[in-house]
Amino acid sequence: MAGSGTEHLRPAGDTLLRAENLVVEFPVGRTGLKVHAVSDVSIDVRAGETLGLVGESGCGKSTTGRAIMQLPRPTSGRVLFDGHDLVTLPSSELRRLRPEMQMIFQDPISSLNPRRKVSQIVAEPLRIWKRAAGDQLDKIVETTLENVGIDPAAAWDRRPHQFSGGQCQRICIARALVLNPKLIICDEPVSALDVSVQAQILNLLEEMKAQYNLTLIFIAHDLAVVKNVSDRVAVMYLGKLCEVAPPDELYARPAHPYTEALLRSIPVPDPSIRPGEEGTLGGEIPSPVAPPSGCRFRTRCPRVQDMCAQVEPKMRQIGLGHYVACHFPLDAIGPKPGAAQLAQQMNAMTSPTTRRPVPPKLVTPPVSGVSASAPPKPAG
Amino acid sequence: MSRKVIGGPTGTGRDPNAKLLRVVDIKTHFRTEKGTVRAVDGVSFTLDRGRTLGVVGESGSGKTILSRSIMGLLPKRNVVRQGHVYYEGTDIIGLPDEEMRHVWGSEMAMVFQDPMTSLNPVKKIGKQITESLFLHLHMDKQDAHDTALALLSSVGIPEPEQRLNEYPHQLSGGMRQRVVIAIALACGPKLLFADEPTTALDVTVQAQILNLLQQLQRERHMAMILVTHDLGVVAGRTDEIAVMYAGKVVEHAPTPVLFSNMKMPYTEALLSSIPKLDYPSHTRLEVIPGRPPDLINPPRGCRFAPRCKYAQERCLNEEPPLIAAETPGHMFRCWFPVGSPEGEEALSRNLAAGASASGVPVTDVPMPASLAGRS
Repeated sequence: MAGSGTEHLRPAGDTLLRAENLVVEFPVGRTGLKVHAVSDVSIDVRAGETLGLVGESGCGKSTTGRAIMQLPRPTSGRVLFDGHDLVTLPSSELRRLRPEMQMIFQDPISSLNPRRKVSQIVAEPLRIWKRAAGDQLDKIVETTLENVGIDPAAAWDRRPHQFSGGQCQRICIARALVLNPKLIICDEPVSALDVSVQAQILNLLEEMKAQYNLTLIFIAHDLAVVKNVSDRVAVMYLGKLCEVAPPDELYARPAHPYTEALLRSIPVPDPSIRPGEEGTLGGEIPSPVAPPSGCRFRTRCPRVQDMCAQVEPKMRQIGLGHYVACHFPLDAIGPKPGAAQLAQQMNAMTSPTTRRPVPPKLVTPPVSGVSASAPPKPAG
Repeated sequence: MSRKVIGGPTGTGRDPNAKLLRVVDIKTHFRTEKGTVRAVDGVSFTLDRGRTLGVVGESGSGKTILSRSIMGLLPKRNVVRQGHVYYEGTDIIGLPDEEMRHVWGSEMAMVFQDPMTSLNPVKKIGKQITESLFLHLHMDKQDAHDTALALLSSVGIPEPEQRLNEYPHQLSGGMRQRVVIAIALACGPKLLFADEPTTALDVTVQAQILNLLQQLQRERHMAMILVTHDLGVVAGRTDEIAVMYAGKVVEHAPTPVLFSNMKMPYTEALLSSIPKLDYPSHTRLEVIPGRPPDLINPPRGCRFAPRCKYAQERCLNEEPPLIAAETPGHMFRCWFPVGSPEGEEALSRNLAAGASASGVPVTDVPMPASLAGRS
């Protein structure tokens, strides 16, 4: 994967947000080395859509979200939001666009100021932007708190420590909603919460999305959660995109070996499915300071070939709205339900040249030295 | 302390034919300024050699305190401990620390949630592994070194020789958790507690660590108590599951039975609030309303009644005992169990009234239902 390219982007006029060739690098002390956190990632979101961004920790998904928000500004690339290129926009103009883009963070308790009252926290954005004052301001805060399921009368003068994690996340959502933003970036909004509370927050986000006409970028490491909320899912690995597809398609027919391994690692709450060794990804994510050449996933990939070390795969279409950056993707059009229909749609939509025949499956594992990559470390 | 016997709490009275672990009505209460917190309130179970018990519950359900109570890893002050923990027939509750020291590490060991904070950051990994080998097995330096090396390879750490001389911060999270497992296994315990061993790890690494634990357990014929909040983690990897809620076991069953024939509305609600991969996207999730109860003043009747969609008047006043289900080994704590005629009747009554006896709104949400009007 771990490829680049922009084939998966939709026409620029069609999208609310379009990030092209984002690169984010951080220096490592004074060594002259760089952490390649995000390397040439392009994503786009249509108005009203939810884009899910998944990957393991260290894959750059949060950094991508922050680069879109210009927190900090990316090393290079373009971020088109509502017709403005945020990367080159002067700070004063960028500031004026900020109310349109809000963020919800992972740890709801530490992202609220412990010394402020709930009413002050939610009212602060309105005060800063002088959107309302006095009774009118109180009224907006009250309605917003009610919308997110917090009783305004009881919560008004209380402080964050008097609330549970789930309630704090509701307050964070209220704070993000109060300015009526167009886009909300949710960075792991439910991973600090219990399953029962997680379901409450996920349902709330769906309700708020409909009520406030929101566009969401939903960053998470839990594939089941991402599938539940997204209209389009992008899988990331080590600062690169692997695969982009509509969720039902991605989960039914993953084409990238990494996506498949991720899906297989999820523990399923069904005792008849005995988790086995096979399919479990060996090894660990390599260091982003010196990422592997070519495809960044090749050091852990079960399908790796010589070519993967030399040529970086580019995003290409393999199905309706389904894009993958891999030289040897899994058979995306398998004998699964809906395949015939999909093939039909594809034939109607795309020229045959966009589909490349899948190379024969590998039988022998690559020998190290030949494959130019160390074989994955055994898991056990 | 020149005992040469390896392990053994007292050396006497241990019966190798007894169940490995028998926990009888264990209670752990904490005295606080606000009142007594009943963190674990009467839990009993038995565990045989080589078996795996999954303990599942939300945060605050008492699952971690339960495993610490069994191991005797609790603060000394302001704690009330009651009940019995029979390890190979000997009650180890209330044993002084000097005697427990022969149990910890050599008989039972624990793998903690956060591998960074459970390792000593200023000691080399080799030293942390060999510490218990010197203490319990009285090994000499060379033997301890060789054993540590073998342990590190058995938990799948590459270049073990080099790792022995490294510090925890030089390893990744997954590798650190492997080191923690190696330390826990060093003296060959018969019982391993794994307290949320993979919660701090990534999903692919989680699968690796769970596979490793399972493989080591099989090789060593070790019993394991796997504590987690994730029903997915325990589903394929345990023999039995105990579901905890507000300090009590509310359902205990062999794993396949629990999933195919669950009786407790809480278990059902917990399972249906997890997003599943086979649901289409934008499926509305069934939620458990409200929050777990305050353990200082738990509800009078069933502790789950204030959040339960089956709740009736009786649930609010009378606490259900552990009732045996038709399948042997299956117990639950409910007056109106899921799938029973009484349960069905209670649910339809609540549906008709639009609310349960505790006032929770009950509406018929077909599952899985796609959200209408998705963009």
